[in-house]
Amino acid sequence: MVHGELWTLKELFVTPNEYIYWSVQIVMYPFMTGLVAGAFVLSSLYHVFGIKELKDIARFALVFSFALLFAAPVPIILHLQHPFRGINNLMTPHFTSAIAAFGIVFSTYGAIVASELWFLYRKHFVEQSQFLKKKQDKDFGEKLFYLIYTALTLGSFDISKEAQHKDEKAIKILAAIGIPVACFLHGYAGFIFGSVKANALWMTPLMPVIFIMSAVVSGIALCMLTYIVTMEIRKFLACKKQSPTYSPECREEIKSVEVNVIKMTAKYLLFFLIFAISLELLDLIFRGYTATKSWDVLRSVIYEKDFNSIFVFQYGIGNLIPFILFLLPGMTIRRAVVGVVLVMFGVFMMRWNVVIGGQAFSLTFAGYMHYHLPIIPHDWETLKEGLFGALAVFIMPFVLFFFLTKIFPIFGLKESH
Amino acid sequence: MNRREFLKNTAKAVAGVTVPLAAIEILSPARVQALKADSSVRWAFLVDTYKCVGCGLCVKACKNENEIPYEANVTRTWVERYVLTKDGKLYADSPKGARDGFTSAKIDLGMGKFQDIRKEDIKKAFFVPKLCNQCENPPCVQVCPVGATYQAPDGVVLVDRTWCIGCGYCIMGCPYGVRFFHPKYHTAEKCNFCYHRINKGLKTACVQACPFGARQIGNIKDPNDPVAKIITTERVGILKSEFGTKPQVFYIGLDEEVR
Ligand code: SF4
Ligand code: SF4
Repeated sequence: MVHGELWTLKELFVTPNEYIYWSVQIVMYPFMTGLVAGAFVLSSLYHVFGIKELKDIARFALVFSFALLFAAPVPIILHLQHPFRGINNLMTPHFTSAIAAFGIVFSTYGAIVASELWFLYRKHFVEQSQFLKKKQDKDFGEKLFYLIYTALTLGSFDISKEAQHKDEKAIKILAAIGIPVACFLHGYAGFIFGSVKANALWMTPLMPVIFIMSAVVSGIALCMLTYIVTMEIRKFLACKKQSPTYSPECREEIKSVEVNVIKMTAKYLLFFLIFAISLELLDLIFRGYTATKSWDVLRSVIYEKDFNSIFVFQYGIGNLIPFILFLLPGMTIRRAVVGVVLVMFGVFMMRWNVVIGGQAFSLTFAGYMHYHLPIIPHDWETLKEGLFGALAVFIMPFVLFFFLTKIFPIFGLKESH
Repeated sequence: MNRREFLKNTAKAVAGVTVPLAAIEILSPARVQALKADSSVRWAFLVDTYKCVGCGLCVKACKNENEIPYEANVTRTWVERYVLTKDGKLYADSPKGARDGFTSAKIDLGMGKFQDIRKEDIKKAFFVPKLCNQCENPPCVQVCPVGATYQAPDGVVLVDRTWCIGCGYCIMGCPYGVRFFHPKYHTAEKCNFCYHRINKGLKTACVQACPFGARQIGNIKDPNDPVAKIITTERVGILKSEFGTKPQVFYIGLDEEVR
């Protein structure tokens, strides 16, 4: 079997070498980078524009963005036929290729997020390190944390008022630089597709902008979802466990914070959602209006072959329903959960429709290809480029996030920022 | 170290790592050899669709010559069959790239379906061989993130099997669908005009195998070359000129139905 043959079905006139070469991992790739960029933009809304209501979720979003960052390149690596040669990309980068820029854009962005995190948590590192240093007979875990925290201070122990003030300034600057870089990171993911002139569906200069907007939407949605889940767990712990924080008031307090944050964030989500949908619809209308040579085959794919996944799943379930859910007055947590899950599904379907839909028709414009996602793996290839590979990529940031919050606590910090 | 120094040093370190990475280009041996090649040569290909009968001997010869497994459903060159009926419908197919020739009159519609067309309904029918166009302005070279796909000075676009990471970007970038992943090496693969043969003064395997002279290869920079003479003096066509890739495979008798 040649690569792609296993999951491709051909219909009518398709040339012999044509298969669906970019499979589900290439759907996951812009989806995951989109989440990274979106989470970062959400956190920057507070740090740069000082939107106070987002303060609680800003710190959360930044740590989450960091966790997502590590997951973003994984789909590409899983997709490569020679994953161990991935490093060649950094050794002989070819700047005429959009993928080649990945290493540079990605590491710049990573450096910004990491330094912003460092400034945000520096005081915490110093305090923890000093506290653990004084502590007598530390157990193994405490010794380990002492080492970690001390290393993380990078030798900078000054937590005077002026020093903290400087930290705040640095955070603000980094967050501000971070916004265009985050947009660039994702815009260039859109460029990977938009610049392929051989593909009639991808070839549009709007592609990077469409990608950025939906990235922000999906990032905010994921942060909201994770925030809700985390808060619910805290609420649960606050009333169940015989913990020192146990009190009915504490529980109520968490609940009201949660509802407030979610209400505020939902407004921004809605705002970006409107942009994202309008851009996509504009693109669609424009194509139909100008109706170039490729429109015949595009139309048959958009309105017939992929009708369900575009109009029912993406626009209907993924955009319209959450749009109504968020617009209705009296937002509740339960409604928000349904809304954000649907929004994320919608963005995933948008990536899917671009990547898979773009390969659904033959270069002859006279034939079609159908993609069948490998579900039950029976070899390495169907494992990594199938359902399980995609799921693994999706779960990874949550696991990372869990461990990261051990070092970067997201709640209960005595904070200055 | 205070924070200012730390930031400074970090910036220096980042710059120190990225600048040389961008500046140095590690050349693979194959590439160095290609760069040395004589550029008074520009290989071009000529296909005469009037002469092609769809026997598929070229496809078979190519598979043997270039170690593309016979059973694999990919091929460096293939032949397409076009049938236009009197009621204005166009049918086309290329079952298994026509490696065994067109043995049945039925058109392969894919998914196990076939279309029988009666002889009296046919307005015109013809065969079109296809292969990599060795474009003058190749998008596959443009998009390759690591430079594993590159263009030799004699115009032939080559793939370095030792350097390709297997991302498939070039496959997506080629408007002609000629690229695929080699079933054994798992690297990008395509026709290279039998580079190993033409450099020794031999003809490509497909040119040699074609009993009807439908395929020819020549040096377009040599005015005495018979192929160059035809290309420069007769009416020849190229495929998908709208993509601006400037193909160097020329067709005699190209029809507008061919895409
Ligand atoms: S035909 Fe395709 S593979 Fe060949 S040079 Fe042109 S773009 Fe590259
Ligand atoms: S598959 Fe290989 S040759 Fe093609 S773009 Fe990727 S690295 Fe380059």
